[in-house]
Amino acid sequence: MIAIVDYGAGNLVSVKKAFDCFEQQSAITSDPAVVAKATKVVLPGVGHFASTATLESSGLRAAIANAIGRGVPFLGICVGMQWMFEGSQESPSVAGLGILKGECERFPGTVKSPHVGWNSLEIDPRSRLFAGVSSASFVYFTHSFRARVDDATVACCEYGSSFAAAVERDHVFGVQFHPEKSGEIGLTLLSNFCAI
Amino acid sequence: MLTKRIIACLDVDGGRVVKGVQFTNLRDAGDPAELAKAHSRSGADEIVLLDISATHQGRATLLDTVRRTARELFIPFTVGGGIRTLEEASAVFAAGADKVSINSAALKNTDLIAQIASRFGSQAVVVAIDAKRRADKSGWDAFTKGGRIPAGRDAVEWAAEAEGCGAGEILLTSMDRDGTGAGFDCELTRAVANAVRIPVIASGGAGGAAHFVEVFREGQADAALAASIFHFGLHNLADLKQVLGSAGIPVRWPC
Repeated sequence: MIAIVDYGAGNLVSVKKAFDCFEQQSAITSDPAVVAKATKVVLPGVGHFASTATLESSGLRAAIANAIGRGVPFLGICVGMQWMFEGSQESPSVAGLGILKGECERFPGTVKSPHVGWNSLEIDPRSRLFAGVSSASFVYFTHSFRARVDDATVACCEYGSSFAAAVERDHVFGVQFHPEKSGEIGLTLLSNFCAI
Repeated sequence: MLTKRIIACLDVDGGRVVKGVQFTNLRDAGDPAELAKAHSRSGADEIVLLDISATHQGRATLLDTVRRTARELFIPFTVGGGIRTLEEASAVFAAGADKVSINSAALKNTDLIAQIASRFGSQAVVVAIDAKRRADKSGWDAFTKGGRIPAGRDAVEWAAEAEGCGAGEILLTSMDRDGTGAGFDCELTRAVANAVRIPVIASGGAGGAAHFVEVFREGQADAALAASIFHFGLHNLADLKQVLGSAGIPVRWPC
Protein backbone atom coordinates (compact mmCIF):
# COMPACT_ATOMS: atom_id res chain seq x y z
CA MET A 1 0.00 0.00 0.00
CA ILE A 2 1.22 3.49 -0.93
CA ALA A 3 0.97 5.99 1.92
CA ILE A 4 0.13 9.52 0.77
CA VAL A 5 1.21 11.63 3.72
CA ASP A 6 -1.34 14.23 4.83
CA TYR A 7 0.15 17.11 6.80
CA GLY A 8 -2.58 19.63 6.04
CA ALA A 9 -1.03 21.00 2.86
CA GLY A 10 -2.14 20.63 -0.67
CA ASN A 11 -4.36 18.72 -2.96
CA LEU A 12 -3.90 15.09 -1.93
CA VAL A 13 -7.01 13.98 -3.76
CA SER A 14 -5.37 14.40 -7.19
CA VAL A 15 -2.40 12.26 -6.23
CA LYS A 16 -4.69 9.53 -4.95
CA LYS A 17 -6.83 9.74 -8.10
CA ALA A 18 -3.75 9.03 -10.21
CA PHE A 19 -2.90 5.89 -8.20
CA ASP A 20 -6.58 4.84 -8.42
CA CYS A 21 -6.20 5.09 -12.21
CA PHE A 22 -3.46 2.43 -12.17
CA GLU A 23 -5.43 0.37 -9.64
CA GLN A 24 -2.64 0.82 -7.10
CA GLN A 25 -3.77 0.67 -3.50
CA SER A 26 -3.09 3.94 -1.71
CA ALA A 27 -4.28 5.72 1.39
CA ILE A 28 -4.18 9.34 2.48
CA THR A 29 -2.89 9.27 6.04
CA SER A 30 -1.49 11.39 8.84
CA ASP A 31 -0.78 8.35 11.01
CA PRO A 32 2.94 7.48 11.49
CA ALA A 33 1.95 3.82 12.07
CA VAL A 34 0.39 3.64 8.59
CA VAL A 35 3.52 5.22 7.06
CA ALA A 36 5.62 2.63 8.92
CA LYS A 37 3.74 -0.23 7.22
CA ALA A 38 3.59 1.31 3.72
CA THR A 39 5.39 -0.24 0.75
CA LYS A 40 5.90 3.22 -0.76
CA VAL A 41 5.62 6.73 0.66
CA VAL A 42 4.54 9.88 -1.18
CA LEU A 43 4.88 13.31 0.38
CA PRO A 44 2.83 15.78 -1.68
CA GLY A 45 2.46 19.40 -0.86
CA VAL A 46 1.75 22.80 -2.21
CA GLY A 47 1.88 25.99 -0.25
CA HIS A 48 4.35 27.15 2.35
CA PHE A 49 7.51 25.36 3.50
CA ALA A 50 6.51 26.22 7.09
CA SER A 51 3.64 23.70 6.81
CA THR A 52 6.24 20.89 6.89
CA ALA A 53 6.86 21.75 10.57
CA THR A 54 3.76 19.61 11.28
CA LEU A 55 5.72 16.55 10.10
CA GLU A 56 8.09 16.93 13.03
CA SER A 57 5.46 17.45 15.73
CA SER A 58 3.21 14.63 14.49
CA GLY A 59 5.94 11.98 14.40
CA LEU A 60 5.62 11.68 10.64
CA ARG A 61 9.16 12.91 10.06
CA ALA A 62 10.62 10.01 12.04
CA ALA A 63 8.29 7.52 10.34
CA ILE A 64 9.34 8.78 6.88
CA ALA A 65 13.05 8.81 7.79
CA ASN A 66 12.77 5.22 9.08
CA ALA A 67 10.95 4.07 5.96
CA ILE A 68 13.63 5.62 3.72
CA GLY A 69 16.30 3.99 5.91
CA ARG A 70 14.69 0.60 5.34
CA GLY A 71 14.79 1.12 1.56
CA VAL A 72 11.10 1.96 1.05
CA PRO A 73 10.71 4.00 -2.17
CA PHE A 74 9.89 7.65 -1.43
CA LEU A 75 8.54 10.42 -3.67
CA GLY A 76 8.42 14.06 -2.60
CA ILE A 77 6.26 16.41 -4.70
CA CYS A 78 6.73 20.22 -4.81
CA VAL A 79 7.20 21.32 -1.17
CA GLY A 80 7.59 17.59 -0.48
CA MET A 81 10.73 17.60 -2.64
CA GLN A 82 12.02 20.83 -1.06
CA TRP A 83 11.65 19.16 2.34
CA MET A 84 14.19 16.51 1.26
CA PHE A 85 16.86 19.25 1.39
CA GLU A 86 18.24 20.83 4.56
CA GLY A 87 15.79 23.72 4.46
CA SER A 88 14.31 26.60 2.50
CA GLN A 89 14.75 30.35 2.59
CA GLU A 90 10.95 30.47 2.70
CA SER A 91 11.03 29.40 6.33
CA PRO A 92 14.60 29.35 7.69
CA SER A 93 13.54 28.18 11.17
CA VAL A 94 12.04 24.94 9.83
CA ALA A 95 14.49 22.11 9.14
CA GLY A 96 14.04 19.83 6.16
CA LEU A 97 14.85 16.11 6.22
CA GLY A 98 18.37 16.85 4.99
CA ILE A 99 18.92 13.71 2.90
CA LEU A 100 20.03 16.11 0.15
CA LYS A 101 22.47 18.94 0.80
CA GLY A 102 21.62 22.59 0.41
CA GLU A 103 18.79 25.00 0.89
CA CYS A 104 15.94 25.96 -1.45
CA GLU A 105 16.10 29.56 -2.64
CA ARG A 106 13.80 32.20 -4.09
CA PHE A 107 13.80 32.84 -7.86
CA PRO A 108 15.94 35.76 -9.01
CA GLY A 109 14.17 39.13 -9.31
CA THR A 110 14.54 39.03 -13.10
CA VAL A 111 11.58 36.64 -13.55
CA LYS A 112 7.96 36.69 -12.41
CA SER A 113 7.40 34.67 -9.27
CA PRO A 114 5.69 32.29 -8.63
CA HIS A 115 6.79 30.21 -11.61
CA VAL A 116 3.39 29.04 -12.81
CA GLY A 117 2.65 26.96 -15.87
CA TRP A 118 3.98 24.30 -18.20
CA ASN A 119 7.73 24.29 -18.67
CA SER A 120 10.03 21.85 -20.46
CA LEU A 121 12.59 19.53 -18.88
CA GLU A 122 16.08 18.41 -19.69
CA ILE A 123 16.17 14.83 -18.48
CA ASP A 124 19.07 12.58 -17.47
CA PRO A 125 18.44 9.41 -19.53
CA ARG A 126 19.68 7.25 -16.63
CA SER A 127 16.77 8.30 -14.40
CA ARG A 128 14.45 5.47 -13.35
CA LEU A 129 11.59 7.84 -12.58
CA PHE A 130 11.67 9.31 -16.10
CA ALA A 131 11.86 5.97 -17.93
CA GLY A 132 10.03 6.40 -21.24
CA VAL A 133 9.80 10.20 -20.91
CA SER A 134 11.82 12.16 -23.44
CA SER A 135 13.68 15.40 -22.84
CA ALA A 136 11.77 18.56 -23.78
CA SER A 137 8.57 17.08 -22.30
CA PHE A 138 6.34 19.63 -20.57
CA VAL A 139 5.19 19.43 -16.95
CA TYR A 140 3.15 21.75 -14.71
CA PHE A 141 4.92 23.88 -12.09
CA THR A 142 3.64 26.26 -9.44
CA HIS A 143 6.25 27.43 -6.90
CA SER A 144 8.30 30.41 -5.71
CA PHE A 145 11.35 28.58 -4.33
CA ARG A 146 13.64 26.10 -6.02
CA ALA A 147 16.65 23.86 -5.43
CA ARG A 148 19.99 24.28 -7.18
CA VAL A 149 21.16 21.78 -9.74
CA ASP A 150 23.54 19.28 -8.10
CA ASP A 151 24.66 15.66 -8.48
CA ALA A 152 21.25 14.32 -7.36
CA THR A 153 19.45 16.29 -10.11
CA VAL A 154 17.94 14.11 -12.86
CA ALA A 155 15.83 16.77 -14.59
CA CYS A 156 16.62 20.47 -15.04
CA CYS A 157 14.27 23.27 -15.91
CA GLU A 158 15.09 26.77 -17.12
CA TYR A 159 13.40 29.76 -15.45
CA GLY A 160 15.59 32.76 -14.81
CA SER A 161 18.35 30.21 -14.43
CA SER A 162 18.54 26.44 -14.45
CA PHE A 163 17.09 24.73 -11.36
CA ALA A 164 16.46 21.17 -10.16
CA ALA A 165 13.08 19.99 -11.48
CA ALA A 166 13.67 16.44 -10.21
CA VAL A 167 16.11 14.64 -7.93
CA GLU A 168 16.85 10.95 -7.59
CA ARG A 169 19.17 8.97 -5.34
CA ASP A 170 18.73 5.19 -5.09
CA HIS A 171 15.09 4.69 -4.01
CA VAL A 172 14.48 8.33 -3.09
CA PHE A 173 12.84 10.64 -5.62
CA GLY A 174 11.65 14.24 -5.67
CA VAL A 175 9.87 16.37 -8.26
CA GLN A 176 9.38 20.14 -8.06
CA PHE A 177 6.50 20.04 -10.55
CA HIS A 178 3.13 18.34 -10.11
CA PRO A 179 3.03 14.96 -11.88
CA GLU A 180 -0.62 14.61 -10.84
CA LYS A 181 -1.36 17.77 -12.88
CA SER A 182 0.99 17.13 -15.80
CA GLY A 183 -1.27 15.10 -18.07
CA GLU A 184 0.04 11.89 -19.66
CA ILE A 185 3.70 12.67 -18.87
CA GLY A 186 2.91 13.03 -15.19
CA LEU A 187 0.92 9.80 -15.14
CA THR A 188 3.86 7.98 -16.76
CA LEU A 189 6.11 9.21 -13.96
CA LEU A 190 3.73 8.13 -11.21
CA SER A 191 3.30 4.78 -12.89
CA ASN A 192 7.12 4.42 -13.03
CA PHE A 193 7.26 5.14 -9.31
CA CYS A 194 4.64 2.46 -8.66
CA ALA A 195 6.78 -0.03 -10.59
CA ILE A 196 9.96 0.66 -8.58
CA MET B 1 10.94 27.43 -21.72
CA LEU B 2 7.82 28.44 -19.79
CA THR B 3 4.91 28.25 -22.21
CA LYS B 4 1.86 30.47 -22.63
CA ARG B 5 -1.21 28.68 -21.38
CA ILE B 6 -4.50 28.16 -23.21
CA ILE B 7 -7.30 27.78 -20.69
CA ALA B 8 -10.69 26.32 -21.58
CA CYS B 9 -13.55 27.73 -19.55
CA LEU B 10 -16.80 25.90 -18.88
CA ASP B 11 -19.73 28.05 -17.81
CA VAL B 12 -21.96 25.84 -15.73
CA ASP B 13 -25.54 26.34 -14.59
CA GLY B 14 -27.17 23.73 -12.38
CA GLY B 15 -24.47 21.19 -13.21
CA ARG B 16 -24.70 21.66 -17.00
CA VAL B 17 -22.37 23.49 -19.37
CA VAL B 18 -24.48 26.24 -20.83
CA LYS B 19 -22.64 27.76 -23.73
CA GLY B 20 -20.14 27.59 -26.41
CA VAL B 21 -18.80 24.10 -26.97
CA GLN B 22 -19.27 21.83 -29.95
CA PHE B 23 -17.44 18.57 -29.61
CA THR B 24 -18.23 15.55 -31.66
CA ASN B 25 -18.34 12.04 -30.25
CA LEU B 26 -19.63 13.09 -26.85
CA ARG B 27 -22.58 11.28 -25.39
CA ASP B 28 -23.68 14.42 -23.64
CA ALA B 29 -22.39 17.77 -24.86
CA GLY B 30 -23.59 19.55 -21.74
CA ASP B 31 -21.76 17.42 -19.19
CA PRO B 32 -18.87 19.33 -17.57
CA ALA B 33 -16.90 16.16 -16.73
CA GLU B 34 -16.98 14.90 -20.31
CA LEU B 35 -16.22 18.30 -21.80
CA ALA B 36 -13.31 18.94 -19.44
CA LYS B 37 -11.81 15.61 -20.42
CA ALA B 38 -12.32 16.31 -24.12
CA HIS B 39 -10.65 19.73 -23.77
CA SER B 40 -7.75 18.16 -21.91
CA ARG B 41 -7.30 15.53 -24.62
CA SER B 42 -7.32 18.11 -27.38
CA GLY B 43 -4.60 20.21 -25.74
CA ALA B 44 -6.06 22.60 -23.16
CA ASP B 45 -3.40 23.47 -20.58
CA GLU B 46 -5.90 24.09 -17.84
CA ILE B 47 -9.64 23.96 -17.14
CA VAL B 48 -11.70 26.66 -15.43
CA LEU B 49 -15.24 25.84 -14.33
CA LEU B 50 -17.36 28.89 -13.59
CA ASP B 51 -20.63 28.33 -11.82
CA ILE B 52 -23.08 30.89 -13.12
CA SER B 53 -26.16 29.41 -11.45
CA ALA B 54 -28.40 32.13 -10.16
CA THR B 55 -30.58 29.81 -8.09
CA HIS B 56 -29.84 28.11 -4.82
CA GLN B 57 -30.74 24.68 -6.22
CA GLY B 58 -28.38 25.27 -9.11
CA ARG B 59 -25.53 26.09 -6.76
CA ALA B 60 -26.15 23.08 -4.55
CA THR B 61 -25.08 20.76 -7.35
CA LEU B 62 -21.70 22.55 -7.74
CA LEU B 63 -19.69 20.32 -5.41
CA ASP B 64 -20.98 17.21 -7.09
CA THR B 65 -20.09 18.68 -10.49
CA VAL B 66 -16.58 19.56 -9.27
CA ARG B 67 -16.06 16.06 -7.88
CA ARG B 68 -17.18 14.37 -11.10
CA THR B 69 -15.12 16.72 -13.27
CA ALA B 70 -11.96 16.39 -11.18
CA ARG B 71 -12.12 12.59 -11.08
CA GLU B 72 -10.45 11.94 -14.41
CA LEU B 73 -8.75 15.27 -15.00
CA PHE B 74 -4.96 15.41 -14.68
CA ILE B 75 -4.33 19.02 -15.60
CA PRO B 76 -4.85 22.08 -13.35
CA PHE B 77 -8.49 22.70 -12.48
CA THR B 78 -9.89 26.02 -11.22
CA VAL B 79 -13.40 26.51 -9.87
CA GLY B 80 -15.12 29.87 -9.47
CA GLY B 81 -18.48 31.57 -9.19
CA GLY B 82 -20.13 32.68 -5.99
CA ILE B 83 -17.44 31.52 -3.53
CA ARG B 84 -17.84 33.85 -0.54
CA THR B 85 -16.11 32.25 2.44
CA LEU B 86 -13.10 30.17 3.44
CA GLU B 87 -15.48 27.30 4.23
CA GLU B 88 -16.99 27.41 0.73
CA ALA B 89 -13.51 27.49 -0.79
CA SER B 90 -12.38 24.58 1.41
CA ALA B 91 -15.33 22.48 0.23
CA VAL B 92 -14.43 23.18 -3.40
CA PHE B 93 -10.80 22.13 -2.77
CA ALA B 94 -11.94 18.99 -0.97
CA ALA B 95 -14.06 18.15 -4.02
CA GLY B 96 -10.91 18.18 -6.17
CA ALA B 97 -10.23 21.75 -7.36
CA ASP B 98 -6.60 22.93 -7.46
CA LYS B 99 -7.45 26.62 -7.39
CA VAL B 100 -10.48 28.76 -6.62
CA SER B 101 -11.37 31.91 -8.45
CA ILE B 102 -12.94 34.67 -6.36
CA ASN B 103 -14.36 37.97 -7.57
CA SER B 104 -17.14 39.91 -5.77
CA ALA B 105 -16.32 38.36 -2.39
CA ALA B 106 -12.67 39.45 -2.66
CA LEU B 107 -13.70 43.02 -3.49
CA LYS B 108 -16.05 43.06 -0.51
CA ASN B 109 -13.56 41.45 1.86
CA THR B 110 -9.90 41.45 0.81
CA ASP B 111 -9.16 39.34 3.90
CA LEU B 112 -10.69 36.35 2.13
CA ILE B 113 -7.72 36.29 -0.29
CA ALA B 114 -5.27 36.12 2.63
CA GLN B 115 -7.36 33.50 4.45
CA ILE B 116 -7.47 31.13 1.49
CA ALA B 117 -3.81 31.82 0.64
CA SER B 118 -2.54 31.09 4.12
CA ARG B 119 -4.49 27.83 4.29
CA PHE B 120 -4.04 26.53 0.73
CA GLY B 121 -1.15 28.64 -0.62
CA SER B 122 -1.19 31.64 -2.96
CA GLN B 123 -0.97 29.36 -5.98
CA ALA B 124 -4.50 28.21 -5.14
CA VAL B 125 -6.07 31.69 -5.21
CA VAL B 126 -7.07 33.30 -8.48
CA VAL B 127 -8.61 36.76 -8.19
CA ALA B 128 -11.00 37.40 -11.07
CA ILE B 129 -11.48 41.01 -12.14
CA ASP B 130 -14.21 42.21 -14.49
CA ALA B 131 -12.95 45.47 -15.98
CA LYS B 132 -14.65 48.10 -18.13
CA ARG B 133 -12.98 51.06 -19.78
CA ARG B 134 -14.04 54.42 -18.31
CA ALA B 135 -15.96 56.73 -20.63
CA ASP B 136 -13.17 59.33 -20.48
CA LYS B 137 -10.69 56.57 -21.46
CA SER B 138 -8.55 57.37 -18.41
CA GLY B 139 -8.41 53.71 -17.38
CA TRP B 140 -10.63 50.80 -16.34
CA ASP B 141 -13.11 50.31 -13.50
CA ALA B 142 -13.57 47.01 -11.68
CA PHE B 143 -17.12 45.70 -11.56
CA THR B 144 -18.80 43.39 -9.09
CA LYS B 145 -21.81 41.04 -9.04
CA GLY B 146 -21.19 39.50 -12.45
CA GLY B 147 -20.36 42.84 -14.04
CA ARG B 148 -23.58 44.52 -12.96
CA ILE B 149 -22.32 46.99 -10.35
CA PRO B 150 -19.24 49.25 -10.43
CA ALA B 151 -17.00 48.39 -7.48
CA GLY B 152 -15.70 51.94 -7.20
CA ARG B 153 -12.16 50.65 -7.80
CA ASP B 154 -9.63 51.16 -10.53
CA ALA B 155 -9.05 47.71 -12.06
CA VAL B 156 -5.26 48.02 -12.33
CA GLU B 157 -4.89 49.27 -8.75
CA TRP B 158 -7.18 46.52 -7.52
CA ALA B 159 -5.05 43.88 -9.26
CA ALA B 160 -1.94 45.17 -7.50
CA GLU B 161 -3.73 45.22 -4.15
CA ALA B 162 -5.00 41.66 -4.68
CA GLU B 163 -1.43 40.53 -5.32
CA GLY B 164 -0.39 42.19 -2.07
CA CYS B 165 -3.14 40.30 -0.23
CA GLY B 166 -1.80 36.97 -1.47
CA ALA B 167 -3.45 36.31 -4.84
CA GLY B 168 -1.46 33.88 -6.99
CA GLU B 169 -2.92 34.81 -10.37
CA ILE B 170 -5.23 37.43 -11.88
CA LEU B 171 -8.04 36.37 -14.22
CA LEU B 172 -8.77 39.56 -16.10
CA THR B 173 -11.96 39.86 -18.16
CA SER B 174 -12.59 42.80 -20.46
CA MET B 175 -16.30 43.55 -20.22
CA ASP B 176 -16.03 45.72 -23.32
CA ARG B 177 -14.73 42.80 -25.39
CA ASP B 178 -16.49 39.85 -23.76
CA GLY B 179 -18.71 38.08 -26.26
CA THR B 180 -17.75 40.37 -29.16
CA GLY B 181 -15.13 38.19 -30.83
CA ALA B 182 -13.28 41.45 -31.58
CA GLY B 183 -10.10 40.35 -29.83
CA PHE B 184 -8.75 40.61 -26.30
CA ASP B 185 -8.23 44.07 -24.77
CA CYS B 186 -4.44 44.09 -25.08
CA GLU B 187 -4.09 47.55 -23.59
CA LEU B 188 -5.94 46.54 -20.42
CA THR B 189 -4.06 43.26 -20.18
CA ARG B 190 -0.68 44.97 -20.57
CA ALA B 191 -1.57 47.62 -17.96
CA VAL B 192 -2.36 44.91 -15.40
CA ALA B 193 0.55 42.65 -16.43
CA ASN B 194 2.94 45.56 -15.84
CA ALA B 195 1.40 46.40 -12.46
CA VAL B 196 1.80 42.91 -10.92
CA ARG B 197 4.45 40.19 -10.70
CA ILE B 198 1.97 37.30 -10.67
CA PRO B 199 0.62 35.68 -13.86
CA VAL B 200 -2.22 37.41 -15.69
CA ILE B 201 -4.86 35.39 -17.55
CA ALA B 202 -6.54 37.42 -20.30
CA SER B 203 -10.22 36.79 -20.98
CA GLY B 204 -12.98 38.25 -23.12
CA GLY B 205 -13.09 38.89 -26.83
CA ALA B 206 -11.26 35.96 -28.43
CA GLY B 207 -12.53 35.58 -31.98
CA GLY B 208 -9.66 33.89 -33.77
CA ALA B 209 -6.16 32.51 -33.41
CA ALA B 210 -4.63 35.87 -34.29
CA HIS B 211 -6.21 37.37 -31.18
CA PHE B 212 -4.29 34.90 -29.00
CA VAL B 213 -1.03 35.82 -30.72
CA GLU B 214 -1.84 39.51 -30.08
CA VAL B 215 -2.66 39.13 -26.40
CA PHE B 216 0.53 37.16 -25.72
CA ARG B 217 2.74 39.56 -27.69
CA GLU B 218 1.18 42.96 -27.11
CA GLY B 219 -0.89 42.25 -24.01
CA GLN B 220 1.97 40.44 -22.26
CA ALA B 221 -0.53 37.90 -20.94
CA ASP B 222 0.78 34.71 -19.35
CA ALA B 223 -2.34 32.77 -20.26
CA ALA B 224 -5.50 33.29 -22.28
CA LEU B 225 -8.92 31.94 -21.50
CA ALA B 226 -11.85 31.36 -23.77
CA ALA B 227 -15.22 29.72 -23.30
CA SER B 228 -16.47 29.35 -26.82
CA ILE B 229 -13.07 28.17 -27.96
CA PHE B 230 -14.44 26.09 -30.83
CA HIS B 231 -16.30 28.92 -32.46
CA PHE B 232 -13.12 30.32 -33.91
CA GLY B 233 -13.26 28.53 -37.21
CA LEU B 234 -10.49 26.34 -35.79
CA HIS B 235 -11.04 22.63 -35.88
CA ASN B 236 -9.66 22.18 -32.38
CA LEU B 237 -7.32 23.46 -29.73
CA ALA B 238 -4.37 21.71 -31.31
CA ASP B 239 -4.85 23.88 -34.41
CA LEU B 240 -4.77 26.99 -32.26
CA LYS B 241 -1.53 25.84 -30.67
CA GLN B 242 -0.03 25.20 -34.08
CA VAL B 243 -0.84 28.75 -35.15
CA LEU B 244 0.72 30.08 -31.93
CA GLY B 245 3.77 27.88 -32.36
CA SER B 246 4.39 29.09 -35.91
CA ALA B 247 4.03 32.68 -34.68
CA GLY B 248 6.89 32.03 -32.27
CA ILE B 249 4.75 31.91 -29.11
CA PRO B 250 6.00 29.13 -26.80
CA VAL B 251 3.23 26.59 -26.26
CA ARG B 252 3.04 23.10 -24.81
CA TRP B 253 3.30 20.85 -27.82
CA PRO B 254 2.67 17.99 -28.34
CA CYS B 255 0.20 17.80 -25.51
